[in-house]
Amino acid sequence: MANGAAVGDRSTLSRPNLPALFAAIRAAGYAIVAPTVRDGAIVYGPVERVEDLPIGWTDRQDGGTYRLVRRDDAAVFGYNLGPTSWKRFLFPPHERLWTAERKEGSFTVTPEPTDTTRWAFFGMRACELAALDVTDTVFLKGAVADPTYRARRSRILRVAVQCGQAARTCFCTSMGTGPAVTGGADLILTEILLPGPHRFLVEVGSPAGAEVVDRFAESLSPAGPDDDRLARETVERTAGSMVRRMDPTGLRDLMAENLDHPRWEIVANRCLSCTNCTLVCPTCFCSTQEEVPDLDVRSVERWRRWDSCFNLGFTELHGASVRKSGLSRYRQWLTHKLGTWHDQFGTSGCVGCGRCISWCPVGIDLTEEVAAIRAAPRSSGVEARGR
Amino acid sequence: MLGDRTGSPGGASDVPLAPLPYQVRSVVRETPDTATVAVVPRGSRRIGPTRPGQFVMLYAFGIGESPIGVSDETDGVLYHTVRDAGRITHALTRLTPGDLLGVRGPYGHGWPMEAARGKDVVIVAGGLGLPPLRPALREILRDRDAYGRLEIVYGARTPKDLVYYAELQEWRRRADLRLQVTVDAAGRDWYGDVGVVTTRLPDARFDPERTVAFVCGPEIMMKFTAQALVGRGVPAESVWVSMERNMKCAIGLCGHCQFGPSFVCRDGPVLSYGELAPRLGVREL
Amino acid sequence: MSEISEEVREAIGRHPFFAGLDPAFVREAAVGAEPRTFGPGTLVAREGTPAETFVLVVAGKIALEVGAPDRPTLTVQTIGPGEVLGWSWLLPPHRWRFDARAVKETHVLALRGDRLRPALAAHPAWGFEFLRRFVPVLAERLENTRVQLVDLHAR
Ligand SMILES: Cc1cc2nc3c(=O)[nH]c(=O)nc-3n(C[C@H](O)[C@H](O)[C@H](O)COP(=O)(O)OP(=O)(O)OC[C@H]3O[C@@H](n4cnc5c(N)ncnc54)[C@H](O)[C@@H]3O)c2cc1C
Ligand code: SF4
Ligand code: SF4
Ligand code: FES
Repeated sequence: MANGAAVGDRSTLSRPNLPALFAAIRAAGYAIVAPTVRDGAIVYGPVERVEDLPIGWTDRQDGGTYRLVRRDDAAVFGYNLGPTSWKRFLFPPHERLWTAERKEGSFTVTPEPTDTTRWAFFGMRACELAALDVTDTVFLKGAVADPTYRARRSRILRVAVQCGQAARTCFCTSMGTGPAVTGGADLILTEILLPGPHRFLVEVGSPAGAEVVDRFAESLSPAGPDDDRLARETVERTAGSMVRRMDPTGLRDLMAENLDHPRWEIVANRCLSCTNCTLVCPTCFCSTQEEVPDLDVRSVERWRRWDSCFNLGFTELHGASVRKSGLSRYRQWLTHKLGTWHDQFGTSGCVGCGRCISWCPVGIDLTEEVAAIRAAPRSSGVEARGR
Repeated sequence: MLGDRTGSPGGASDVPLAPLPYQVRSVVRETPDTATVAVVPRGSRRIGPTRPGQFVMLYAFGIGESPIGVSDETDGVLYHTVRDAGRITHALTRLTPGDLLGVRGPYGHGWPMEAARGKDVVIVAGGLGLPPLRPALREILRDRDAYGRLEIVYGARTPKDLVYYAELQEWRRRADLRLQVTVDAAGRDWYGDVGVVTTRLPDARFDPERTVAFVCGPEIMMKFTAQALVGRGVPAESVWVSMERNMKCAIGLCGHCQFGPSFVCRDGPVLSYGELAPRLGVREL
Repeated sequence: MSEISEEVREAIGRHPFFAGLDPAFVREAAVGAEPRTFGPGTLVAREGTPAETFVLVVAGKIALEVGAPDRPTLTVQTIGPGEVLGWSWLLPPHRWRFDARAVKETHVLALRGDRLRPALAAHPAWGFEFLRRFVPVLAERLENTRVQLVDLHAR
């Protein structure tokens, strides 16, 4: 190509040419991780071919339910979010940090070699880009940046998809994170099923995205005004179909002022402290460390493992936990996500992806909890006076 | 403001969360379950200089790491007073001279020494709260004229739980500070005061409006003490407490030490009571 | 025994507990009051014996002790200058609830409960003011006990 693609360029990719995009991403040096069907859910994992994508599948989600069903078309992105999030490829659930060995009366520490895999995150949704921003703030913008997150993060390609439908659990419009992709991606796809042939609008979001586009420009055709309009309408339709809502105004203060709200007791009576919500959440970042010595304690490995504020031992001090009750642990989760996250990182810790709603075994729904807390102001006990 | 509250969070190690090898120089048994361990680098690399009130992660090889306050740093030797409270601290209190251990840090924001200059200083320690306060005390004594009156109130459960016995005697003899020692309960062989630390506060002499207070001990003790100080007219913002929470990383990344909006490891462990007061009233926060 | 020593009256008026109270009441409280001195280790009061005295500590230190047959005597609190000892004189059955022992040479003012009670009863304004000062002493002791109970040093 004489002239390379530029940021903001739009073109159309026909469905039959989708493998060319895969090939171009690989040629640019990335391994692809994308949605794929496994164990009855759409999860993110390494994929080889376009056929590994959940073509023709969709998900039915609601509080406490997630079900895969066949679509009556062959949409490539006709589903929403599953239980995995991209964070596991930047902040793995279980990771060795270093190995130490005793030597001549001392010890030497050898860091785990840097993971140099260059991942293309294929099919990131708008709320997931927002979640990536959130974890970037957590891991990179504090006093100390997390080196392993930074190493992996510096190597990714973000191929985004604008959602063509919303799950019943989605509430990104409330959180201002979607469904339109407004930045933070290298390439932005929008699937156009009808009218006309099955195709994708491809927008270049960054120089890295342009480089990929340059590698398969011959498979692209200039985007017509119709495709732009159809893409816009797709996103608007998705936004309009969203059924869940959460009023985001003043959430930080609402949480801070209602630490003794009676609602916590009610939700705690349902909560099983199973930790599912923290595991599926794309922004939860808590971890613990494990010391793994060999038999004669000459060498040890230090591992980091995801942890959750729902675990009783999470706050253990002197043989007892600070947060013993289920109430205090649910309260920590919600007030952190929606409240103190703002104090700590200047953003909400919730992007409205709805995963925690689907994957809660008893269907606890944070949007309902927030609404209940908002509806009934906290009681201040015997000192409360009628107005 | 409070420029001296910044630490060097990364420590000296360039490997994430990796300790540097140190070696035990000496061990002093303070009480049946508490020992002061002096450590020096076992090689050319050492952690950065510590400030009063900061802590480090002490690593018992093959067992694990615990956050431990710095109770003194003199001529490159770090002193840590450790109570046997479990697996790791058990190993740390069992160390003998020459033994190997790991250190990373220093971490956190310590006592606001700058804010205390020119003011009366009230130091209240409960039990093992004294060790993290000792560097602050020593810094004040090194530059005694820069501060106003110095009142120390130290409480322990029983007389045999008192640490730094020799130093207490020495402080007691000084004319430029007042030390009150009290225990919760004692036998007839104890001629000192008996009663929880708060009972000794009315006797402390300071000008409340010009006072900075440093308080360290179990949370409940700090809460009662801070309330009593505020009751005497000390502004809540001038009362500083050192919080304790479960810690795994000490650099604000693991989430364990959260106390409301604060990461105790990174924003603390020393925090102002003015900021904490509402949170200290919430159970299981 | 019923005359007032001017010296004692002044000393009572200077004690923080009485400072600023109606001079007429201080005068009444001074009737029959007397200074006492206890040497180190001597008993100021013995558990179970009649309690007819309100003790104002002027100097020294008094330890409140609890004894149990199966363990050594334990001091649970010490009381120093400016503080007061005992409320058993105020409430029936007027018996000391603990041992009180001077830790070092201790000077106190011993006020007569049998004079204070009728005076407080006859003058509600005095009674109220007196209780306003006494309740904080009780509240503080109660709070300290509570603090001790939760074990301030449990780490
Ligand atoms: C900032 C800070 C400074 C400290 N300074 C000192 C000091 O100077 N001297 C001293 O003796 N102790 C200090 N501690 C407490 C000390 O870290 C704990 O007693 C120790 O971590 C317990 O670990 P362990 O393995 O010995 O006990 P474990 O066998 O792990 O168990 C004892 C109990 O302590 C809990 N625990 C685990 N991690 C921590 C933790 N990070 N903090 C507290 N409890 C924990 C355990 O979960 C368990 O309940 C400090 C703690 C903090 C947060
Ligand atoms: S809290 Fe729930 S809805 Fe919000 S980002 Fe996490 S998983 Fe998604
Ligand atoms: S404290 Fe809980 S809610 Fe907050 S990041 Fe950690 S696991 Fe998630
Ligand atoms: S100890 Fe890990 S965040 Fe504070």
